[in-house]
Amino acid sequence: MTASQIIFYLLSAFILGTAILSVATKKIFRSAIWLLFSLIGIAGLYFWLEVEFIAAVQIVVYVGGIVVLIIFSIFLTQQAGKEMPKTPMTRKVASALAVLSGFLLSIIQIYKYEFQLSDQRFYWTVEKIGLKMLNTEENGYALPFEVVSMLLLAAMIGCIVIAIKSKPEEQS
Amino acid sequence: MSGIPIYQILIVSTALFFIGMYGLFTRRNMITMLMSVELILNSVNINFVVFNKYLYPGQLDGLFFTIFIIAIAAAEAAVGIAIIINLYRNHQSIDVEDASEMKY
Repeated sequence: MTASQIIFYLLSAFILGTAILSVATKKIFRSAIWLLFSLIGIAGLYFWLEVEFIAAVQIVVYVGGIVVLIIFSIFLTQQAGKEMPKTPMTRKVASALAVLSGFLLSIIQIYKYEFQLSDQRFYWTVEKIGLKMLNTEENGYALPFEVVSMLLLAAMIGCIVIAIKSKPEEQS
Repeated sequence: MSGIPIYQILIVSTALFFIGMYGLFTRRNMITMLMSVELILNSVNINFVVFNKYLYPGQLDGLFFTIFIIAIAAAEAAVGIAIIINLYRNHQSIDVEDASEMKY
């Protein structure tokens, strides 16, 4: 085994282990922290795949943004140390069975499919990504870029409207 | 490439997807369900990057899809948490079983 393979197996074990802990642990705050570790492991996997830009975006947006948002909402809505109500055993077993069968089915399908691997070297630069992102010609991503910016604006205004505290109704 | 066949990376992303599904099935708390959705989105992101790198190295479309998915996941988490906080104000609970009316 080469060092690259060992690093891949370690990273996968870390990602899957922390993800399982994140969905199985009883305390909600610990669940959020395990999710944080899992997302960091996925960023490590992107580093291993040599797409450093995506890894940086992953760390900035997921680890720095979404997990912090989730932890904030946990503190706003319930006690962090409180244990969640137990899931019934039947539901646990049934969902584990469903998930396992789906997993096996997908794995069989993946192994049946013959991928046409390319021998070319994967080459990207941030410059290429930026030029393509704002390219209005064919195969450019200018339109999705603008649509996503509108979506983010709409989501921001929507959040403010939903979460705003309505004034106490005037008694007449 | 790096001595790892594409199948093994796809197994990791598939396992991550189904772990997220398990969380979505068993949990009844809205915040933890949102966290499971994040896991599922991440497994899809890994798939896009791996397909881009192993099958179509000359193009960048997988990376773009990953970037857009991350942006949309951020918007989704923000809106979801605003809804959760509003629900908590009205019901004092974020359990999905308690939220059975759409009065407010």
